[in-house]
Amino acid sequence: MDFRFTPEQESFQKSFRNFCEKEIAPNAARVDREEIFGHDNFKKLADVGFLGVNLPAEYGGSGADIITYAIGVEELSAACASTALAANASCSLCGMPILDYGTEGQKNKYLTKLASGELIGCFALTEPGCGSDAAAVKTFAEKKNGGYVLNGAKMFITNGPVADVAIVIARTDRGGGNKGISTFIVEKGTPGFAAGKKLQKLGVRGSTTSELIFENCEIPSENLLGEEGGGFAIAMESLECARIGMAAFCVGIARACMEDSIAYAETRTAFGKPIGAFQEVNHKIANMRMNIETARNLVYYAAWLKQEGKPSRAEISIAKLFSSEIATKCANDAVQVHGGYGYSAEYRVERLYRDVKIGEIGEGTSEVQRMIIARELLKD
Amino acid sequence: MDFALTEEQTAFRKSCFNFARNEIYPMMEEYELKGEFCLPAWKKMAEFGMMGLPFPPEYGGSGADVLTTLIGIEGLAHGGADAGTCLSWGAHTILCGVPIWLLGTEGQKEKYLPNIASGEWIGGFALTEPNAGSDAASVQTTAVKKGDKYILNGTKMFITNGPIGKVFVVIAVTDKSAGHFGISAFIVENGFPGFSVGKELNKMGNRTSTTSELIFDNCEVPAENLLGPEGYGFITVGKTILEWERSCLLAAGLGGLQAGLELCIKYAKERRQFGRPIAEFQAIQHKLVDMKIAIEASRLLIYKVAWMKDNDIPAMMEASIAKLFISEVGMRSAEDAVQIHGGYGYMKEYPVEHGFRNAKLGTIGGGTSEIQRNIISRLTLNLKKGGAR
Repeated sequence: MDFRFTPEQESFQKSFRNFCEKEIAPNAARVDREEIFGHDNFKKLADVGFLGVNLPAEYGGSGADIITYAIGVEELSAACASTALAANASCSLCGMPILDYGTEGQKNKYLTKLASGELIGCFALTEPGCGSDAAAVKTFAEKKNGGYVLNGAKMFITNGPVADVAIVIARTDRGGGNKGISTFIVEKGTPGFAAGKKLQKLGVRGSTTSELIFENCEIPSENLLGEEGGGFAIAMESLECARIGMAAFCVGIARACMEDSIAYAETRTAFGKPIGAFQEVNHKIANMRMNIETARNLVYYAAWLKQEGKPSRAEISIAKLFSSEIATKCANDAVQVHGGYGYSAEYRVERLYRDVKIGEIGEGTSEVQRMIIARELLKD
Repeated sequence: MDFALTEEQTAFRKSCFNFARNEIYPMMEEYELKGEFCLPAWKKMAEFGMMGLPFPPEYGGSGADVLTTLIGIEGLAHGGADAGTCLSWGAHTILCGVPIWLLGTEGQKEKYLPNIASGEWIGGFALTEPNAGSDAASVQTTAVKKGDKYILNGTKMFITNGPIGKVFVVIAVTDKSAGHFGISAFIVENGFPGFSVGKELNKMGNRTSTTSELIFDNCEVPAENLLGPEGYGFITVGKTILEWERSCLLAAGLGGLQAGLELCIKYAKERRQFGRPIAEFQAIQHKLVDMKIAIEASRLLIYKVAWMKDNDIPAMMEASIAKLFISEVGMRSAEDAVQIHGGYGYMKEYPVEHGFRNAKLGTIGGGTSEIQRNIISRLTLNLKKGGAR
């Protein structure tokens, strides 16, 4: 066993934290308030190599391992959760399935530009009538003239309003169950493909979200990703990677909650002493510290299993479930520690409290994570 | 990072599990119901080599590192050594043996460690007093030097292995004016003049482990039985015991959690209600999931503490976090285990009933949860203006 980072991971964490604090964090309040996608943030992230963190160098990536990716997402989300969520959707949910299942042509066409930020990616599985129950997807891709014609609607798509390229999960066989599902790469500008209006959200408001609408949208057959009928496996695999990102995202928010609570508890006085001297306050902070340490271990462990190619489905779900639930609790306690100021938009914890909730919903709700873990646990 | 155990470590855990499942598990229920220390299990564990696991071979030990020691006790607890027996092992090997090994003179090590490693002399550790628990600085037992002896006076409370122990590491005040640095550690044998054992205490759980007061009434301790330099008692507690305790003793809890989860899965698959196994209901499944998460998270926390100790990285914070976390999820898991078993879980014949009572010690012994939170927040917050964190 070895709980140490490699020297590369350690220096990446240091320099990326520095970058996030200097370049990303100062814009976070504005990105949230104005509900704007941070194009300049994306540009900067591309410049430091984070949008292609897991992509091989031949596609313009940094070729780093999954633990490094988790380290990066934590840092980014501690600085600006909206930006972290948007980056995760583009580089993990869109980039990784192309890397893992794409043809050489597809990889050459999309990956370099995703890594450079020239293209923004998104991942479209959820529909108005189905979320985690991926087999219930209704968007249909009909084979026609050597290509496919897509009809249907996708819901709650992160980066939907700004994405240049979408991974779209659609049914190619009405009766085929899981086996009747396929994955497509759809580009912005394809006739019949449109993004719906930007959705108003509780949190991560600087990560834009919309429906995607497909109306007789014709796509060439070379935009099929993987094999026809192999889409369910691609969707599940993509979600697993993204869950590691979501778990690290939650750890980042939890850490920001703790850091703000520490600073506030050390300086705010009541009854003649800093409020951090009261156990009601400092034990909340102790709980945050315990839970963050625990969550971080689970995230690195899941990332390591995935990197090593070991079975990791349950462990990834455990990391995501645990991290999201403790992060929500940290945010709640952080607002409580701040009292009235925590309820005011001038303090960061007000935003963190709203941003954190997506962790328990996105990439599969907590309830769905428990289902996944239970299935693995009760397997004979 | 590398989360893999070596092949030897994995094999060792498995052999400890098998040993406990075959040799210890069958005899535990009887002793649990009687509420008695299981000497036959103790002897078998000693023969198997558990009692001196971390000590160097020249003192009868196996020279295992912290992680391997932890893995051994995890396997043992998983296999069937119950919480009480593991607690007795911890008081003996970790709380009594480890400080003698790390701080003792050559003479002390030669005299005591082989007897501890063989399990012949059962060991214990005496810090807590009727009026001093986690606030170790308020210890009232005194040790006054007189010629070539120290004279100890006072009473120690809740001492694991008290009624059966032969040798104890005892914390007493040698210089009242020096505060934390006026506390010293002594090796005291049952049989020294003025040493006596109070009556055995009746406990909620961990009933196969015996507990009592120890009474020192002008107890004469040879001066050579001072453990470490005078005034070193606090360091004995802090540096040598707490982190060891908070990894190795917690490992027994981890093994117990794993055993509990397996019992619950087995029961949930066999027990049928409304025409199907209760394992098919989400309300049951998701309790099992929470237990699984508790185990995975606890394992990483305590393995990390052990790894840090093996690599000489200070682990005060991580040890407190591990202790706090595993004891609290342990309590919750124990409650869920009873709930899954329904009425049967409330009956003494079912191990989850013992588990529920045993788990409560976790949030109290070795420093309460409240104390752990105090430690964590003290290491996190800087409440003095201008000081460094």
